[in-house]
Amino acid sequence: MAIKQLTVFVQNRKGTVVSLTDILAKNNINIRALSIAETEEFGILRLIVDNEDTAKEILKENGYLIKTIDVVGVKLRDNPGALTAALGVLDKADINVEYLYAFMARTEKHAYVVLRVEDNDAAETALENAGLHLITNADICKL
Amino acid sequence: MSQNYYQKEIETMSTEEMKKLQSEKLVKQVKHVYENVPYYRNLMDEKGVTPEDIKDIDDLHKLPFLTKADLRDAYPYGLLAKPLDECVRIQSTSGTTGRRVVAFYTQHDVDLWEDCCARAITAAGGTKKDVCQVAYGYGLFTGGAGLHGGSHKVGSLTLPMSSGNTERQIQFMTDLGATILCCTPSYAAYIGESLKEQGYKPEDIPLKAGIFGAEPWTEEMRKGIEKALGIKAYDIYGLTETSGPGVAFECSEQSGMHVNEDHFYAEIIDPETGEVLPEGSKGELVFTSLDKEAFPLLRYRTRDICVLSRKKCSCGRTLIKMAKPMGRTDDMLIIRGVNVFPSQIETVLLNEGYEPNYQIIVDRVNNNDTFEVNVEMTPEKFTDKVSEILSMEKSLAGAMKIMLGINPSVHLVAPKSITRSEGKAVRVIDKRKLI
Repeated sequence: MAIKQLTVFVQNRKGTVVSLTDILAKNNINIRALSIAETEEFGILRLIVDNEDTAKEILKENGYLIKTIDVVGVKLRDNPGALTAALGVLDKADINVEYLYAFMARTEKHAYVVLRVEDNDAAETALENAGLHLITNADICKL
Repeated sequence: MSQNYYQKEIETMSTEEMKKLQSEKLVKQVKHVYENVPYYRNLMDEKGVTPEDIKDIDDLHKLPFLTKADLRDAYPYGLLAKPLDECVRIQSTSGTTGRRVVAFYTQHDVDLWEDCCARAITAAGGTKKDVCQVAYGYGLFTGGAGLHGGSHKVGSLTLPMSSGNTERQIQFMTDLGATILCCTPSYAAYIGESLKEQGYKPEDIPLKAGIFGAEPWTEEMRKGIEKALGIKAYDIYGLTETSGPGVAFECSEQSGMHVNEDHFYAEIIDPETGEVLPEGSKGELVFTSLDKEAFPLLRYRTRDICVLSRKKCSCGRTLIKMAKPMGRTDDMLIIRGVNVFPSQIETVLLNEGYEPNYQIIVDRVNNNDTFEVNVEMTPEKFTDKVSEILSMEKSLAGAMKIMLGINPSVHLVAPKSITRSEGKAVRVIDKRKLI
C-alpha cells in the first residue's frame, strides 16, 4: 500500500533544486508532491513523481544520491480538524511521525498527507481502522 | 639520579662492539629473509643484491627498501618468514594510514619485543617494586601487549587495565597505588583532567612516571601532563611493522629516544633519492630488524621525519638516539597545535563505514584555527531523516576527536561534490595565512 517517495541528498547551495527539477522536466517526469528539509549545509528533497523508476535512474545517472523510501499516504476531508484527527489516530496507536507534508487536490475537496513513520503497516492499519482512506502512487498520479 | 638498566651490557655497549653485533645479526637476518620471504627475495634479485653482498652493517644501504605499499601488497602472509605453526601471536595496526598491517611473532620475537619495553620501563625508573598501570588498549593494538609484557619482565605488579573506563582507571590507580602509567599522551592528559575534576591533587596519587606513545605529542603537552599527574613523562616510539612500542625509548634526560639498535637498526635517508644521510641530518627514518624470526623487515621506510644522534647521553646508555619525529613525508597538518594526518581522518572514516572521500578545510579566524571536514555521504548511510544525518555528523566528529584530540566540524556532503583536480581529490585546503 505504501507510497514510493524519492529522497535526494543535496548541498544547500544556490541552484541545486532548479538543476534537479530541470533534469526531471527534460525527461518528462511530473512532480506530484515535493517537500524539502534543509539545514545550513545540506538539504533532503522528498519527491513523489509519476514515474519513480525512471526518475530514480535518471537522477542516479546524474550523480545524485537517491533512495526510495516507503511512506504512508492518506486522504483527508478538506476541513478544519481533519489532520488533527488523523494524527490523533497515530498518536493513540503510539506511532511516531518523523515528518509529513500535505497537499491539496485541484478538483476534489480533499487534502492529502504524506507521513513518514517507522512502521508503515502499523500506521496504515491504525488509519484504516479509523475509517481513513489510504492513497497510493497511482492515486497521486491521477490527481 | 642513579641509573638502572634492564640489559646493561647491551644498553651501554661501546659503539664498536655494537657495530660488530649488528653486523653479525644483519648477515644472518638477510640470509633468513632471502631464503624464506620470496617477496623480498624478488626485490633483492631485481636490485641484483645477494645475501653474500651483505658482509657487515655498512653494506645495509645495498638492500632495497620496503614501504607500506609492500606490506599492503604482501598482506597477510607475503612477508612471513617462519611457518605459521612456529608463530605464537599476531598484532595489527590501528590502520592509521587506512590499511591494516598484520605482524607475526614467534616466542623469540615476543621476548625481544618485551625486552625492549622492559628497557623503556626501567629507563623511566621502573623496578620490580613498582605498580605499572597499562592503560594502552589491549588486543590487536601493540600498545597494551608490549608494555604489559615489558612490565612483567621488569617484575612490576602489572595492572592490565586497557584503555577507557576512566573512573575505573582512577579507582585502581588510587586504591592500588600505581606508580607508573603507560598509555597514549592524550589519554594521560585526560586522566589528569579527570583526577582534577574528582578533587585529587597530583601529590595525592603515588604515580611517579608515565610512558606515553603511539601518537605525536609536543613538549607543551609533556609539561601539562607532568604537572597534572605530578610525574616525569617519557616518550616511547615504535610501530607494529617492527614489533610495537619499544623500538626507541626515552631515558632520564628526556631529550630524544634511545633506539634499541641491537634489534632495530635505524637509518636516515633522503625521502626523495633514498640516499643514506649522515648522522645529524634530517630525513626519513628507516628501520631494519636485526634478529626477528617471523616478521623481519629490512629497510622499512617509516615516513617519519627524524634526526639521529650519537651524542653522549648522561644516562650512560650508548644506544643511538632519535629525536621525536618532527613530521612525516606525507601531508601532515598542525591544527591548534595538534598534528593531524589526513590518513587519520581516513582511518576514522573507514572505521565508521564511510568511503575515504573527504576534504579538510583549515582556516584561521580571530587567531584561532578552524577545522572542518567534509565527508561524502554514502548510499548506505543516506537516510531521509535530517536528525539522523545530523547525528551521524556529530558521531563522526566525536570519533575524529578521539583519534586526533581536537574537534572538527564535520559536514556530510553530496557524493562527488568534493573538489577534484585532474581526477584526484584535493584532500586539504589550508586557507591560513601564517606568514
